[in-house]
Amino acid sequence: MANLKTVTKKSKAQSMGMHTEVLTGRTQQKFFNPDEAENFYYFGTYDVDFNKRTELDVKDMTAPEANKEIDNLMSQGYGTIVIKNPQGKHSLGVGILNKLNLIFEGSLGYFGMGSCDGPIVRINGRVGWSCAENLMAGKVVIEKNAGSCFGAAIRGGDLICKGSVGARTGIDMKGGTIIIGGDAGAFTGFMMQRGRIIILGDVGINLGDSMYDGTIFVGGEIGSYGSDAVDSELTPSDQDWLKRKLKVAEIGDNFDVSKMKKIVAGKKLWNYDNLEPTEKKGAI
Amino acid sequence: MCGIAGLIHRGKSSNVGSELQGMLQALKHRGEDSTGYALYGDTDGKNFIMRFKVGENVGEGSSSVMEDVSVYDERKKIVDQTLSEMGAKVVKEERTLPYSLRYEIDYDTKDLLDFSQRIESIPGVEILSMGKSLEVIKDLGNAKMVCDRYSLDKVVGTHAIGHARMATESGVDIKSAHPFWGYPFSDVSVVHNGQLTNYWNNRRVLENKGMRFMSECDSELIAVYIAEKMRHGATLEEGMKESLTGLDGVFTYFVATKDSLGMAKDTMAAKPLVLYESDDLVAMGSEEIAIRSVLPQEIDTYDPFDGEVKVWQI
Repeated sequence: MANLKTVTKKSKAQSMGMHTEVLTGRTQQKFFNPDEAENFYYFGTYDVDFNKRTELDVKDMTAPEANKEIDNLMSQGYGTIVIKNPQGKHSLGVGILNKLNLIFEGSLGYFGMGSCDGPIVRINGRVGWSCAENLMAGKVVIEKNAGSCFGAAIRGGDLICKGSVGARTGIDMKGGTIIIGGDAGAFTGFMMQRGRIIILGDVGINLGDSMYDGTIFVGGEIGSYGSDAVDSELTPSDQDWLKRKLKVAEIGDNFDVSKMKKIVAGKKLWNYDNLEPTEKKGAI
Repeated sequence: MCGIAGLIHRGKSSNVGSELQGMLQALKHRGEDSTGYALYGDTDGKNFIMRFKVGENVGEGSSSVMEDVSVYDERKKIVDQTLSEMGAKVVKEERTLPYSLRYEIDYDTKDLLDFSQRIESIPGVEILSMGKSLEVIKDLGNAKMVCDRYSLDKVVGTHAIGHARMATESGVDIKSAHPFWGYPFSDVSVVHNGQLTNYWNNRRVLENKGMRFMSECDSELIAVYIAEKMRHGATLEEGMKESLTGLDGVFTYFVATKDSLGMAKDTMAAKPLVLYESDDLVAMGSEEIAIRSVLPQEIDTYDPFDGEVKVWQI
């Protein structure tokens, strides 16, 4: 074993066998069988037509009223719903377990689009704390800035903020991808367990603190590394993936991904990596 | 939980009483045990305005007791007598509630320390604010209740900060309500959302330096801490930056002076703040819906980052 006192944090972790390039292996496994997708549905979901479009003005509605009306419109087959005057209300668009093209003409408050599975959402404004918390699948695009705890505990899907985000982005995330066009605050990737975060701008202190697994890509300056976060080599396959993701996210045109830093977990939790894939799905 | 809100008009005055009432009422779900306003009104700048109380409005968990109005009257007489002895002439007197008073005072001094100490040496009397522009009004209930009780909706001025309180660290009463005056500095006020974990250590140190605490609310520490820094020559912004390391815990707070408004956020960014900034107006609050009450149209807002301090001038 190498003399651990003389090696850098990055090579120290590797010398101890605590970190290997995990992204090309286990974390890219698919735990969900696509062949079974047709047989998988939520009770109470609706067969909607994306070409059937309507508008909903929520100016004088409470969040529960607005969310019930969205559900009502989906039940009538509307697949594209434009929400007018959200005016920073909290908890709009939560719990949508359906295919849906949802557009917000304005900003959301806290907990917008929480616990969703499947919708494609565009928010032409800003979002408050905990946007898209527990997102399972789908795509949420925010055109302006986002508050703290952006994408907390998401398990899948793409969450994109074209502006800057607050602290603790991707806290406890267990899958999916978060893409930030601007800067991110402190404790980004705090306790993340799987998934990927891409930040084109600068990021604050304690990046990736206490992360178990997953990967963070940073284009700008890093305030400081958190406990357990270490640098890793940016591979050609990483770069190809980053280019594809940024293109899909419609941000970072001509951004030089080869200059990005790649941060991963510098340690393995005992038994965390020894589970069979089916057990892992249950564990997270 | 608590909610804070503030706004500053740059280059003009506006109906800040009504605007702040709307912002704080939008945050009432964050706490409505008490609500407080620090309003910087348009005045001629000649006289001091002293807001003070001669008794408490006692709510749940308060260490104070309700007293008879005759006790308040007696205390008021002693205040009047003390002011007369100090050569301070009461130009205008308002008694909105039996325990709450507003005096306009013709008094020529730059040292409010001695003045404040003499007034507050009267048992049961507390100065809520002292300044030539600042007026701190705080009482139990939500923003609308306090606004209606004190007729604040017509106050015109340049800037204001306010607080909707959910009592956690101390009981429900006026002395624990925000904003806190930056004693003994004229026209300095503070509101805070969060929790300070080195309150008692800092309090002991500051008390040994001659600073005064009127409540056991941890938020009062911020006002006293910054006032003590300014007493030793620091600017408002310098004092606020020092507080990021001097104060331990989670916090977002606002400080206002006669001509400026500042915000600070702790290094973990654990407490929320949404900010709107333009050439003629800065508005900020714990939630975006507070800002929406004064700017309903679509606007660009953002969250300040961890450890950020900003100060704006009128």
